[in-house]
Amino acid sequence: MIGMVIKMSNINQLFESDKNRENPHLPLPFIVEDRFQETPDTVSLTLVPENPGKIFTFSPGQFNMLYVFGVGECAISISGNAMNTQRLIHTVRSVGKISNALTNLKPGDTIGVRGPFGNGWPFAEARGKDLIIVAGGLGLAPLRPMIYEVLSHRDLYRRVEIVYGARTPRDLLYKEELQVWRKSSEIRLQVTVDIGDREWYGDIGMVTSRIPDIKFDPSNSIAFICGPEIMMHSVAEMLELRGLQSNNVYFSMERNMKCGMGQCGHCQFGPYFVCRDGPVFPYSKLEKFMSVKEV
Amino acid sequence: MKNNSKDCALLTNIKHPFLENFSERFLIAASENARELEFNVNEIIFSRGERAEKFYLVMEGKIGLEIDAPDHPSVRVHTVDSNRVMGWSWLVPPYKWTVTARALKKTRVIALDAFVLHRYFKLHPEDGYLFCLRLLPVIAERLDETRLQLINLYDRYGD
Amino acid sequence: MRPENIQIGKKLILQRSDFSKLFIVLKDLGYTIIGPTIHNNAIVYDKLNSFEDLPIGITDVQGPGYYRLEKRGDQSFFGYNVGPQSWKKYIYPSHEKLWSAYRSKNGITFQEEKIDSTKYAFLGLRACDISAMALLDKVFIGQYTNQSYYKRRINSLYIAVHCGQAGNTCFCSSMGTGPRITNGYDILLTEILKSNEHKFLLEIGTDKGVTVASGLPLEVASEEDIMESEKIISRTISMMGRSINIENIHDILLNNINSDIWNHISQRCLSCTNCTMVCPTCFCSTTEEFSSLNGEIAEKWIRWDSCFNSAFTQLGKTSVRKSPVSRYRQWLMHKLVYWYDQFSTMGCVGCGRCITWCPVGIDLTEVVENIRNYQNSSKKIEEVIR
Repeated sequence: MIGMVIKMSNINQLFESDKNRENPHLPLPFIVEDRFQETPDTVSLTLVPENPGKIFTFSPGQFNMLYVFGVGECAISISGNAMNTQRLIHTVRSVGKISNALTNLKPGDTIGVRGPFGNGWPFAEARGKDLIIVAGGLGLAPLRPMIYEVLSHRDLYRRVEIVYGARTPRDLLYKEELQVWRKSSEIRLQVTVDIGDREWYGDIGMVTSRIPDIKFDPSNSIAFICGPEIMMHSVAEMLELRGLQSNNVYFSMERNMKCGMGQCGHCQFGPYFVCRDGPVFPYSKLEKFMSVKEV
Repeated sequence: MKNNSKDCALLTNIKHPFLENFSERFLIAASENARELEFNVNEIIFSRGERAEKFYLVMEGKIGLEIDAPDHPSVRVHTVDSNRVMGWSWLVPPYKWTVTARALKKTRVIALDAFVLHRYFKLHPEDGYLFCLRLLPVIAERLDETRLQLINLYDRYGD
Repeated sequence: MRPENIQIGKKLILQRSDFSKLFIVLKDLGYTIIGPTIHNNAIVYDKLNSFEDLPIGITDVQGPGYYRLEKRGDQSFFGYNVGPQSWKKYIYPSHEKLWSAYRSKNGITFQEEKIDSTKYAFLGLRACDISAMALLDKVFIGQYTNQSYYKRRINSLYIAVHCGQAGNTCFCSSMGTGPRITNGYDILLTEILKSNEHKFLLEIGTDKGVTVASGLPLEVASEEDIMESEKIISRTISMMGRSINIENIHDILLNNINSDIWNHISQRCLSCTNCTMVCPTCFCSTTEEFSSLNGEIAEKWIRWDSCFNSAFTQLGKTSVRKSPVSRYRQWLMHKLVYWYDQFSTMGCVGCGRCITWCPVGIDLTEVVENIRNYQNSSKKIEEVIR
């Protein structure tokens, strides 16, 4: 293309739809109903809207921008059941000023919520396929809504293999639910920790060490992965070696986010706004950028 | 711990992925003094600091590798599943175990005699070469994993 | 003037001696006039009280890292190009309050900030400026609309001006964004200055423009006037200071994203963020929190940010783009490659501000050519870089 033509609309034509009049920067007030300490540094908050008539819908994999009064906003994945429209659950790990403030909230406190933002896990594409779910650390939080979706509509999916790894047994999220899921005959769950102690009789090793054990049909499978980038990359490579195409492997990416809607520029990863084109991406889209440093 | 001795051709009667494609001659020779051992939950197979004189094929069960110190809580750093192998300190001076191996489930192993292996490989270095090529990836994978455990991927924020 | 001549599309003439009437009409309609004026030895965009505030008879001399004003020797109103500011500061302020939050024992109430309802009349927008605003529309209006930007945009009046000369760092014609203006204005002026006459060809683009033009003493433009304005545009094109070859640039830059050449071409970049501040299409922002001492009132502000800042990509204790080279690469790739993937158009309008205001004189057009040459040859990087 030589030269560039910008299609400019007549200024007055642009601003017609009502949608344009909503202010996407303004949060909605939500009240903390419950606070549960999952691990020494991670808390699950159950939120209800201050306006009781309001329902909140989201798709597994999406996130909200949570605002703590006077402290600031940060992006947190929604970790609850998408079919429960009365309550919103977020699992927050204290890693900075704002997330630390979130983990210190008490029942009765009010926060601001904007969202849901981003795309979610493409579970419609997983129907009729073997589903592989791999989570590392806090990566289980955006995948839990997906697990709920599978358990509620089990016959839509074929074989379901879940692998979850955390640093130590103390750092495992959703400990009670893990017990229930381990015993379920509907899904196969493997849990591993990096470092064990005298009370841990389960597997010890990185999440990748559990992948050779999973069974799936590479010509008819889909994988949803969330965790540290190195881990996601290694798992994707292992699955590819077994014949799973990279367009059937999905990552949930994370970047610095300020607006959540593709206007502040912070979360860009190559051409993609992680907040708007993601956070879920097929590995085939990410492959060429993952080998480029500092992109 | 039950000790079931079988006849010398033990290795020709079992299936284990590590032994695939080794010659019959090796399997028979390596069966000398080989023992099939069973461990109940929590029983110790070997302890850190002891002399390393065996090479283990894990047939069934799960083994946890631990490190203990008087001034540090016991830490379990790895688990070894069935169809894997365990123990290479018999090839590395000072030939002492670097971890304590404990059964986490009812576990059955075959312990090969390190002296028998050394003696055989000296006479048949081509089988020794094959053995090392088979063992090195196991060690490399363990090293890679250990490095990732070290950098603590889950704690990439720090504070 | 017959009313049927004051219509969209008609070509009219406003004499220089009547130019002050434009200011009167705009003020009567309630507009605050913003236009070019001299401040601190540069031409910036600020409030104008009369046409005398314009940089009359002045031109700018620009080059990589170089900007000076000089007398022209005539009395033209718009005889210069663009300065260190862009109009984006009026439609997308550098610092703005989004909302306030009030905390009581009943919870938190969020209150949107009232948007500045001043009606601005922008006088003197160039082709690159108009193109830049159209590009920012793609960012801020859509699925999520920035209300402040949106309202400022629709409440403003746009009086564009055809460039009568091109600057040393200008390259709008090879970007396809100018110097001819075809859209995006309420009124378009082309200054015709000869030894015996000084007048403006005036074209109306919208109904708002009709309202303004109706209050002005206008004549119908003659064939000669129209030809003269065409000559002016052609002359501007021929004077263009720089050019850029953007053919296939998306793929060329993407294919070389991992190349060592980035180290060579951007090693003198200081990460000073000047380019992002002067660029009319850079839109990155950050947010800031303020709260009252008694903890009852909090405010959320939005502020311009730059991808050259080291904390821009902060993730916990570290940043994704740690090195200045990676940040320069990000800025250029975004402008010429990723913008296209995101908004179906490149993000650069060829105004040349980033070249002029870079303290080490990095030239975007030169960088692109270096990468293209490196791609096409088997020479070593040092041989290819000018």
